[in-house]
Formats: sequence, structure tokens, C-alpha cells
Amino acid sequence: MQHRISIDHLLCRGCNLCLEVCPKEIFQDSAVIGSGGFRLKQVVSPEKCTGCGLCELCCPGAISLDCLPDEVFATILAGRESRRTQSQSRGGWKEVKSLLQPGRYFMTGNDAIVEAALAAGCRFFSGYPITPANEILEGMARRLKEVDGKFIQAEDEIASIFMVLGASWAGLKALTATAGPGFALMQEGLSLADMAEVPCVVINVQRAGPSTGQATRPAAMDMREARYGSHGGVERIVLYPESVQEVLDLTIEAFNLAERFRTPVILLSDGYLSHLSEKVELSEHIRVYDRIYVPGKPAFGPTPDFSAPSMPRFGDGENVGVTGSTHDRFGKRATADPSVQESLVFHLDRKILEHREELTDCEELFLEDAETAVVAFGTVGRSAKWAVKEARRLGEPVGLLRPRIVYPFPSRRVRELAGAVRKFVVPEMNQGQMFHVVSEKVSREVVSLPQPNGQIIDPRRILRYLIEGVW
Amino acid sequence: MNIRELRKVYLREEKTTFCPGCGYEIFINCFLRAVEKLGKKLDDYTFTAGIGCSAWVPNNYFRADNFHTAHGRAIPAAIGLKLANPDLEVVTIGGDGDIASIGGNHLIHAIRKNVSIAVFCLNNFIYGMTGGQVGPTTPLKSKTSTTTEGNLEEPFDLVRLVLSVGGKHASRYPTSYPHLLVKGVENMLLSPDFRFMEVVSQCPRQYGLRNEIPTASSMLAWQKRHYVSKEKARALNSGELEGRIVFGDFRSLKEYLGFLPEEE
Repeated sequence: MQHRISIDHLLCRGCNLCLEVCPKEIFQDSAVIGSGGFRLKQVVSPEKCTGCGLCELCCPGAISLDCLPDEVFATILAGRESRRTQSQSRGGWKEVKSLLQPGRYFMTGNDAIVEAALAAGCRFFSGYPITPANEILEGMARRLKEVDGKFIQAEDEIASIFMVLGASWAGLKALTATAGPGFALMQEGLSLADMAEVPCVVINVQRAGPSTGQATRPAAMDMREARYGSHGGVERIVLYPESVQEVLDLTIEAFNLAERFRTPVILLSDGYLSHLSEKVELSEHIRVYDRIYVPGKPAFGPTPDFSAPSMPRFGDGENVGVTGSTHDRFGKRATADPSVQESLVFHLDRKILEHREELTDCEELFLEDAETAVVAFGTVGRSAKWAVKEARRLGEPVGLLRPRIVYPFPSRRVRELAGAVRKFVVPEMNQGQMFHVVSEKVSREVVSLPQPNGQIIDPRRILRYLIEGVW
Repeated sequence: MNIRELRKVYLREEKTTFCPGCGYEIFINCFLRAVEKLGKKLDDYTFTAGIGCSAWVPNNYFRADNFHTAHGRAIPAAIGLKLANPDLEVVTIGGDGDIASIGGNHLIHAIRKNVSIAVFCLNNFIYGMTGGQVGPTTPLKSKTSTTTEGNLEEPFDLVRLVLSVGGKHASRYPTSYPHLLVKGVENMLLSPDFRFMEVVSQCPRQYGLRNEIPTASSMLAWQKRHYVSKEKARALNSGELEGRIVFGDFRSLKEYLGFLPEEE
């Protein structure tokens, strides 16, 4: 059989491999030098060709050996477009039944995370042992089996977060839980989750640091890291509950927010809340949100209305290209185009910031006529609540602002308060991390009450400050 | 289909950005050919990649679901995908730095877990994209931008590494034997276990130029001098095997060690 060989000079790179590999030496340099600056290749004595195909296997697509008839190839090309397996849109709000019997339970913060995650639809967990988050890992290992979910203990926290991201693209709601050093290792994956808009939930059970610090002791020393720890530093949603009941509620909320905004959501806990046992109330019906998928829609931002883009699963046939490199709405890399880079980064920020009002969730106490506003988060917020109530009883004009959603920071509410109160007080189980955040929002006096000693802040200590001004 | 047609159907762009003579083009061609020979389509597979030239293979070019992760993290992402949806055929394509250096821990643990994914390590002996630094597979004495007087560190034998931690399918194919590489890829895609292939590839720009094998042709000739298939190796005595590296599919450490010179 006579073989037909042609060379597309636009695709030839001049690597000369065809000259090297052809056993019959049917390729040669021609006298013509092409635009690439190398001699164009030519086929001499094609009759010697045995059709072995070595030339085309080594060639970047320039050599064409025995083409199909045009109409046959055209049919193949047309066929590749229709691989979409799902023609139905999916996602949005739905109501599901609680897995556990509704009613009252007595459980720890870590156990509440496990139950809430399952209720929210989480079916994948990957993690690595670390104190004080271990019971989440163990609980998920035990409980995911019962709901046909997938659990894997990874070799480290880096693998944990990347397994979570993979599982999320396979269509599952995915969770990991860690603490201190493990959270630092996850920052690489979290940054990718920001950029590629991968919904997932990461629990950080904060402990006293830096480094190994006091691994079993509570702290709030990752307040800034949760928001600013990753390279790139785009907006994040970060939650911090104060009680086991709130752990339960906010874990469900964390999954819903991750799915709605297609972003990683950090749920902060701490070494106190994780092991605190309390009464919780489980309701029968739970509202959960599933990520939106609309067949054929671009899978990435920017979106015109700052909403989360449609998210296909791998296997839906969308042939989606997911990348942490700068990409356009279809996932195609654009690693040198300044306008694509800028509009993507602004999209990642604005899809959260444009929803700032609904992402403001604060518990407020006595702020209507307060002269001093205590701003406190999570566990410290709970101590502060007792102190503020006691101070009020003693006649001090104090109030409490306790944001359940730490980031995006409720700047507007804090600025409003700044018009009414004389000063802000920020007690924290760290050296004053959120003090700086509050300070940069208001021009009022802001006082830092730091306690980085690995202990929860005694409510009486806050009360004493509110009454006597002594810390 | 011929290769040109396969590339038109399955690649997002006909013209790639690889350097002239890059071995990754040969890998792409052989991969597409293997998929066709198995009667499959490229998007029957899903891909994960790390960072580096190797990541461009699936992420920029393969018309299939693919996840371009961070440097070294392609294997955990693949495990996440596979575990979450076992129906997916998950293929990881990484480089030598990606898979064996920064992702080395993920590699050995994936083998231990025996997750059913196919890992292709495109080994060009060097960090190509970042400018030609020494890597975990750079041969002894090789010159790189960070070992200008020659590499002092013993390179990994990746096939041996994989088999020695319990790998049930480890293979090695150089790009200088494209037909054998096609067959090797087919075996990789069919195998049910965790499987690994070291694709010995040429990087004339970063590795060849520094080490007196400056063209793609001379690098392929260099490969042919140094690499021998296990079928041919069986006929060679230990003297003839000296300094040569055996390639093919290996199912156990014992089988592989049979091709290595006896150690003191």
C-alpha cells in the first residue's frame, strides 16, 4: 500500500526528529528556510514508507500520515461536542430530614461538627490526626460509613486538603478538620480552592501557638491566618461559634455558604469548644444548599452579577479544565493577561463582598444605649456575654457585639456603632489580632484585652475590666 | 485516525507551547494512540496534574475533565476524585520534581493505599519550566543550573522506589521507543491497581544543552544507548547490562531486581 504523508509547515518546530526516527530516511531538509528560522522538511521517496508511524508519534502534529476521508473525520469532530451526560440543571435550596432523631442531645463540639456535617450533606472527609481536632476525624471515620460516604486518613494535611478538593470536583460535599500546624499546611490547598472556586469546609480547632505551643489548650491565635494566611489573600468566609449548639448550626451554615458562594469556608473552633459537652437541640428538618449546575454554562468567574458560577462534576462530560493558574470563564489559562488576572481576583473578592449584608451575622446585646462596646468572637464572646450582662446589672453602660461570621468582617455595623459608643473593647485569646481589624475600621478608641496564655478568658476578668478598667 | 487527527479531536489547541523536540509531545501522541487502541475516548478519563511543563499536557491541551492542582499535589487530588466517584478513570500526569520530590510522600502513600489511579511521571531529569535546576532524578555528574559542576546526589530509580514500597505495577518507557510506549500506556490504562509509569523523556533545552546532548535527536540516541527493554535485557550478560537501564512493565520488586547488577 502506498502511504500518503504530508507536513503542515505551520506546526513544524524544526526539531528534526522525523529525520532521526524514520528507518527509511524519507524526510529531508529542504533548501527553504521557514519563518521559524529552520529549514522546512520535505518528503522524499514516499514510496519507501512502510507506514510504521514513528514519524507522527514523534511529531508535534505537523506530520499527517494517511488521513481519513474528509467526511468521515468531520463526523468524528462533530461527535466530540455532544459528550454532555446531564441535560438537567441541578442545585439550590432543599429541605432534608435530620439523620439523627430530632430532639435533645448532649454532645461535644467536635461531635457536633460530625453530626452537622452529615446533616448538611457532607459525604467526604479526609484528615490527619492532630489535637484537639482528633474526634472529628474519628467521628467521620465511624459515621460516614453509615451514610455511604467516603473517609480517608491522609498522609498529611497537605494531602487532606487536596483530597477534599478532588472530591469536591467529583461532586461531593467535602470536609477536613485540623489545628495549628496542620492549618498552616493547608494554606496551599486553600489558596487553590479560592482561585479555582472549589467549595469545601475546613475546621480549624485553634490551639495555643505559635508552632506546637500548647497543643491541648484553647486559643484564638489563627484569627488572621484564617483570612489572610494564603498566598493571594482574597476574601474568605470565616465563622466562629460560641457554644456546641452554635457549632452545630454554623457547621451546617458553613456547608451552605461554601456551596452557595463556591468558596472554601473556614469554621473556627478552639481547644475549649471542641471538648465542651453541652445540650443541643436537633430539629427535624434542615435547609441545605447544593451547588448550582447549569449544563453548558461557563464553570468559572467572573460572573456578571457576582454570583457563584455553575459547577459541573467531573464525569458530567463538560470537559472542564480546573486550574489554580489565572484562567478565563471557561477555565482556559491566561497567565500573562493583566485584565483577566485583575477581573478574576476582583470576582473572587466581590462574589463575597457584594453579599456582605447577608453575610453579616452578629449577636448583639444592649448596644442601643451602650457607651462601651465589647467586640468578641467565639468562646471569648461567651465569656464577654456574661461579663456584659453582669456589668449592666451593676449599672455600667456596656454592650456586646459578637459576630458569628468573622469574615467578611461586619465593617458597616462596627462603623455604625462607632457613631454611638465612646470606645470599643476587644478581649481575645491572642495578643490582639482582631483588635487591629476593629481599629482599622473606626476612629474611636479601641482597647485590646489580650490573653494569649492558653486558657479561656475568665468572664470575671472581663467584668473587672469593664467595672474597674484593670486588665 | 492518524496522530494529526487524534490531536485535532482531543487537544484543545493544535499548536502547543512545548519547546522544539520536547519529549512531552511524544508522550501526548502515544497517550492518544493508546486511548484509541483501547476503543476509548480521551474524555472517558479524568486527569489531575501538578505544576511544571508536565501539567500543561492535560491541563492546557487535553479535552477532558482535568484538575491542575498545586506543585506535587496531583496524586492526593486524584485520590479524592477516585474515592468520591469510583466510576471515574483517574489519570495523574506529573513531572519528576512534581511526583518524586515535592510530591514524593504522596506517591509512596498512594502506593501503600493501592488507590486505583494511573500515575505517569514524565521524567526529563530536570526542572524544565523554572530554568533547569537539579531534580530528584537528575543523573550523577549532570550539569544543571544549580549543579554547575555536576550533580553530587544519587538519583532515584523511580521504578525500584515504587516496587519497593509495594507497587504492583511499575513501568518505565523512554520516548525513543514510541510504539513500546503506546503499549505501556495501554497496560497502564487497563490495570486495576495503583500503577506507575516513568516516561523517560528528553528536554533538549534545559538538560541536553547543558550536558552535551543538545538536540532532541541526540537525546533520543542517548536514550537508545542507555535504555534496554527487559525482553532484550534477558539475552544480555551482566557485563553487557552494566550502565544500562531496563525498561518495560514490572510487577514485583523481585522481577525488577533480576535486571539490576548484584549489589555488594
